[in-house]
Amino acid sequence: MNIIEFIKQPWPWYVAGPLIGLTVPILLIIGNKSFGISSSLRHVCAACVPANIPFFKYDWKKEVWNLFFVTGIFFGGMIAAWLLSSPEPVQVNENLAQELATYGITDFSGLVPVQLFNWSNVLTLKGFIMMVLGGFMVGFGTRYAGGCTSGHAIMGLSTLQWPSLVATCCFMVGGFLMANFILPFILSL
Amino acid sequence: MQKIETPQVETNTDFEVRSLDTMCVNESHLTHKWYHNLKYSAVGIAFGIVFVKAEIISWFRIQEMFRLQSFHMYGVIGSAVLVGIISVWLIKKFNIKTIYGETIEFHPKTFNKGQVYGGLMFGLGWAITGACPGPLFAQIGTGATAIAITLLSAIVGTWVYGYVREKLPH
Repeated sequence: MNIIEFIKQPWPWYVAGPLIGLTVPILLIIGNKSFGISSSLRHVCAACVPANIPFFKYDWKKEVWNLFFVTGIFFGGMIAAWLLSSPEPVQVNENLAQELATYGITDFSGLVPVQLFNWSNVLTLKGFIMMVLGGFMVGFGTRYAGGCTSGHAIMGLSTLQWPSLVATCCFMVGGFLMANFILPFILSL
Repeated sequence: MQKIETPQVETNTDFEVRSLDTMCVNESHLTHKWYHNLKYSAVGIAFGIVFVKAEIISWFRIQEMFRLQSFHMYGVIGSAVLVGIISVWLIKKFNIKTIYGETIEFHPKTFNKGQVYGGLMFGLGWAITGACPGPLFAQIGTGATAIAITLLSAIVGTWVYGYVREKLPH
């Protein structure tokens, strides 16, 4: 097996996790930047539609590094999908696969289930809830909480801040409630 | 000389607004040419590749995490935090400077109710979309273009938060 084939396999957690953790010191050392991603959404608001709202009245150009960073994430996704993708379908836990099959989700070819997230679904009730409402909750919730998985769970916990531990626990509680008790109803719509 | 005073005051209030409800703020006081930012794009590219190759952007992996059907995501987040804690500890212990020679700063966050209400709301959204903000960008990059709707909606959500912020419990 050559090196490219080796890289094309899905990476285990013990490779990915430490690499993600290293983002924290790298960003600090190359420019005193605290790792976080959801703020980029705020900078987009501040840059495009500040609308005289105090929360968006700041010099977003000072935070432009964050927009360069997320643009990089976009291109990283593109490079990984075009050059490093594995031909195998995504391995899905059997229980999950069986449950999803009862909602008609059987296509595991991509990391994002194409049967749920596609352009023609946007205007169906299920698609609207999953793409539009879900996205809204992610944007509103992360800003209200002051950070997302990167800002709170990784950067916040790395600097041992207990408010970030509270936030991370709340992320998990919200996720458990949704995945186990609410999402089944949404998926059967 | 008088002119130096004014921008400093402005910078400080600006930092206060920028750091509201935000974990990640730019602590650097230096200004650079725009292309210095390309190094953050380079880190972003590496980060995006890890996101995709470790399937962190996978809706399925997120469902498995919240249904306790797989250890994968717990392993990723847990080991990332561990490496982060050790790195921050080393930076503090050896007073490591940035490549420009600045002292690395940390601003502790204070608790507010938003971390609970907003956290729960984000958690609910995370389990629906299968993506936190970072993976949204990577998902679009992999060709799942419809996720642009989710990203746009997340930007709208952020904007609406800013609009109603004063009326929310904090």
